[in-house]
Amino acid sequence: MKYKGWFMRAAAFLPLALMTFLLSGCADVVVLNPKGEIAKHQLDLIYITTGLCLIIIVPVLILTFWIAWKYRAKSKKKEAYQPEWDHSTKLEAVWWGIPILIILLIAIVTVQYSYKLEPSKALASDEKPITIQVVALDWKWLFLYPEQGIATVNYVQFPEKVPVQFQLTADAPMNSFWIPQLGGQIYTMSGMAMKLHLIADEPGDYFGTGANFSGEYFGKMTFNAKATSRADFDKWVQDVKQSYPAMSQEGYNELAQPATSLVRSFSAFPNGMFDNIVNKYVVAGQSGHHHGGDAASSNEGADVADGQAGHDMSEMDMSEMDMSDAGDSGAAHQH
Amino acid sequence: MKITKLSDFFVTGDPLIYGADVAIGLTMVAIVVALTAFKRWGWLWREWLTTVDHKRIGIMYVIASLLMLFRGGVDALLMRTQLALPDSMEFLKPDHYNDIFTTHGVIMILFMAMPLMFGLFNLTVPLQIGARDVAFPLLNSLSFWLFFMGAMLFNVSFVIGGSPEAGWLAYPPLSEKMFSPGVGQDFYIWGIQISGIGSLMTGINFIVTILKMRAPGMKLMKMPMFTWSVLSSCLTIILAFPILTVTLALLFIDRYFGAHFFTLDMGGNPMMYINLIWMWGHPEVYIVVLPAFGIFSEIVATFSKKRLFGYGSMVFALMSISIFSFFTWAHHFFTMGSGANVNAFFAVTTMIIAIPTGVKIFNWLFTMYKGKITFELPMLWTMAFIPCFIVGGMTGVMLSVAPADFQFHNSYFLIAHFHQVLIGGVVFGYFAGLYYWWPKVFGFKLNEKLGRWAFWLWNIGFYVCFMPQYVLGLMGMTRRVSSYSWDTGWWSWNFVSTIGGFLMGIGFLFQVWQILHSIKFMERVKGDPWGGRTLEWSIPSPAPFYNFTITPKVEGRDDWWRRKELAAQGVQDPPPKYEPIHMPKNSGTPIVMSVFWFILGFGFVFDWLWLIVPGAIGIAATMLYHSFNYDTDYYVTAEEVRKTEAKAGRVV
Amino acid sequence: MAHVAANQSSHDHDHGHDGHHDLEALRTMGFWIFIITDCIIFGTLFATYAVLMNSTAGGPTASELFEMPGVIAETFILLTSSFTSGLAVLSMNRGDKKGLIGWLIVTALLGASFITLEVTEFLKMVDEGAKISTSAFLSAFYTLVGTHGLHVSIGLIWMVALMLQVAKRGITPVTKRKIGNISLYWHFLDVVWIFVFTIVYMMGVR
Repeated sequence: MKYKGWFMRAAAFLPLALMTFLLSGCADVVVLNPKGEIAKHQLDLIYITTGLCLIIIVPVLILTFWIAWKYRAKSKKKEAYQPEWDHSTKLEAVWWGIPILIILLIAIVTVQYSYKLEPSKALASDEKPITIQVVALDWKWLFLYPEQGIATVNYVQFPEKVPVQFQLTADAPMNSFWIPQLGGQIYTMSGMAMKLHLIADEPGDYFGTGANFSGEYFGKMTFNAKATSRADFDKWVQDVKQSYPAMSQEGYNELAQPATSLVRSFSAFPNGMFDNIVNKYVVAGQSGHHHGGDAASSNEGADVADGQAGHDMSEMDMSEMDMSDAGDSGAAHQH
Repeated sequence: MKITKLSDFFVTGDPLIYGADVAIGLTMVAIVVALTAFKRWGWLWREWLTTVDHKRIGIMYVIASLLMLFRGGVDALLMRTQLALPDSMEFLKPDHYNDIFTTHGVIMILFMAMPLMFGLFNLTVPLQIGARDVAFPLLNSLSFWLFFMGAMLFNVSFVIGGSPEAGWLAYPPLSEKMFSPGVGQDFYIWGIQISGIGSLMTGINFIVTILKMRAPGMKLMKMPMFTWSVLSSCLTIILAFPILTVTLALLFIDRYFGAHFFTLDMGGNPMMYINLIWMWGHPEVYIVVLPAFGIFSEIVATFSKKRLFGYGSMVFALMSISIFSFFTWAHHFFTMGSGANVNAFFAVTTMIIAIPTGVKIFNWLFTMYKGKITFELPMLWTMAFIPCFIVGGMTGVMLSVAPADFQFHNSYFLIAHFHQVLIGGVVFGYFAGLYYWWPKVFGFKLNEKLGRWAFWLWNIGFYVCFMPQYVLGLMGMTRRVSSYSWDTGWWSWNFVSTIGGFLMGIGFLFQVWQILHSIKFMERVKGDPWGGRTLEWSIPSPAPFYNFTITPKVEGRDDWWRRKELAAQGVQDPPPKYEPIHMPKNSGTPIVMSVFWFILGFGFVFDWLWLIVPGAIGIAATMLYHSFNYDTDYYVTAEEVRKTEAKAGRVV
Repeated sequence: MAHVAANQSSHDHDHGHDGHHDLEALRTMGFWIFIITDCIIFGTLFATYAVLMNSTAGGPTASELFEMPGVIAETFILLTSSFTSGLAVLSMNRGDKKGLIGWLIVTALLGASFITLEVTEFLKMVDEGAKISTSAFLSAFYTLVGTHGLHVSIGLIWMVALMLQVAKRGITPVTKRKIGNISLYWHFLDVVWIFVFTIVYMMGVR
């Protein structure tokens, strides 16, 4: 790493950055600019609860400054001074009562929305939902389309106004799958298949990201979620089928190695792949021995350390800690 | 671990770390040279390293925590610098960034907030309740040294072996050997474990102190509010910290013996760790904020020259917060997909905590109402706290709304929220407390003018730093990313935030300057510089080693205020009749035992049996030595007390 | 109030050790609170065991591993040792130094045989290939039962140290408090064992 250069480069980028600042409008505030039913409801909820909070917060803020000003010792006006006054059941009842009331209201709204927006609940729609399976890998997202038979990396596309059922798991440390403009996130965890239902109300490119720290290049786990018309989606699927290679199990194993990745597409993937990834952690190893025989070799995620670009085992025993090394190998793995 | 070359042991290859190596080495040499040159080794050992005096232990806690604040703060500024540069401009590489945010979180909570809190407990509680010391003075010293050795063990990972990099709570499977094969994670476990044992013992110590050692007449409901807050905090400690001890032990057993508590394979359950760590972690934030509430209660009453409003409500609120803190942990992972029932339950329990917290704010405001408020530094920090904490509390309620949290979780909105309650609540509170009790501890005040500079820099810096982070969260920026691209539109807000961070850093430098300046131009004060209300202000500053020449007889809340009023009416205290005072003897056992803990921890980190064995034997031997030692206390004769008082010019 | 009370009473009775009464009461209270924290430690371990007890990952299960005769013997030995530690305290209260030390020796011997049996059981299981690394269930088992065993072992060392102190100093307020505390500790470990026996072994072989 060259430490000298960064300051000059920062200076060079300054004008560009300023332009971005001016151009970036409300559209960048993704949570406040929802494009899907779930995100819209969540935004409603945010507004409702914020409003309820403000009912009590604003008066208290004003009261704070007013009291501090009025009863300051330096005040010219002679204000009442009652050093012994320390209790009033009526007043205290009021300020136990008000927060209880507000919290009660927020709690009612919250409970209602908790059931309404439960992520595993299917969305009501005339359209038949599309299923997309998501695998969080070290440090990339793999999307499998079981109905279309294609797969993509760090890019996901689906038709607008069609409910999407995301099935999520991880073949790496836990992450969290988040497309803010379509709705909130859910954890991706190994050995589990989580469900998240989202829908895009209009075509567009939506920012997607991993939200739970999963190791060195976690910051690179962003992706574009593109909603298009049904026709464009079908066309894109055909495109992928015709012009990209298929993903083999070996190809997947290589993809699952810790490294960042560019956007990739595959015209096919092995049958039942998602279930295999989920199940490999559920009951590990027929032999029941720790890292014994077959159990370990089927455990790609488990052998990340070994996978770090050709470090042989003797080196690993010394716990070679030089992470920059792993980083370079990560870069080398980029496709 | 088998070490075959130097770079297996020392962290190499980074100019920042070489710089730190040099700085650490020079500082250590300078300390040794200075101690030898001024022949201070004996003094250091007798007066400080072996002391069991709660006031000195308190001072050592404060010094250590301020050093840790410096390190955690530098980490913060390194991160902010990196985030001010988007795209491929790497000031810190991702793995280095991960080291730093992990270290920042651990240090700020466990090695800065906790010891600063314990420092204030030690400096204040025995004086407030009219006691000679804490219940178990030797255990108190052991708590400090365990904290200190734990903190050192954690910090040493920066230059030896490599820092932990799995986040401040070290979620598995990332923190398992499979994904974190280095020793950093073991440093994390042992550093926290050793200091955590100390915290647990401090919790026990102060509960017994408060329940059993109050001056005659001080009924529970006549205790100062800070003492109440310490009691509620310590009760929370003894219930929460054992969970942390077990959780870290299990993670260690996984890493060391190849067990499968939290691994991905062989039936392990990583989500169990997340539940366990937050069962400790959520109470932990209340552990650190409750004493801050106590500090504000003392300060608001003192500087409004008025009794604390709603004493009963305040006590009830403190206690209910410490109970409810145990029923909210799952709000840290609403997004785990536990289902609507679980989420709704934990959302509601979380919101309920806002009620007693809100009540406390009202009570503080009505303590000020019809008072005569002056705005010296402690009160100034309190005034900064109230609006900051109100807003932070509001965003907390917003986060507790489970379905909305799906959009806030792990984003910068969350980061902004918890920094707002932890800085606005805990840090401002402890600063207020430090300014308030500083004259009591050292016998001189801190310079007001420099303090105001620091105050405004901190406050303006705080809002400049963290308000943009709320926006960033809504823009989809997640925590722990070390870089982002231009088209996200995040750069400008990050840049502003970084400026705010540096403003706070300058504020800290002003505080250092303020302390040095105040030591140079010492403004000596008498026992009661602020017009205090509670017992600690009834004795000289700094307090004599036995605290009270005569044990006070308490008749009401704010007993010192009551006695001052009686004195104003011409009621005279009877002349003091000195009596022998029972005191604990200094002991080297705590520091020696803690050194063995350090050796044991270091041995386990590297799996070096030749260190583990002597460490364990040393711990057992010092414990047995202590058990067989019956010569632990002595009496100060009445004559000696009279002489000490006469020498200080305090005899009638 | 200990130090305070100490100096208040001490000036009536010279510099006697009357103050120690309060100091010892204080220490006893501290020890009770320590027991509470230890309860939470075991509670957490029991919780993790409950979560993982069926995660055998293809390895041996509880009913395949546990051999009840040995476990029942351990249980009887530990329960008896709790009883004898009670007898030790009764001797102490009578002022019977010899009886106190005698019963402590019996208690310690019972404790030591408990540990021996437990270690033998563990070694046999490891020999059969049921190691701590074999499955999550076994990790939780060894950690929970092992933590109890570790507590008993520490208690044994402590007990020997106390016997020596009593032999040297007799029954004083300080040694009385210490014996009271270890007796409390020993009973506590007994209660924990009853839970281990019920939850781990009885429910395991069911």
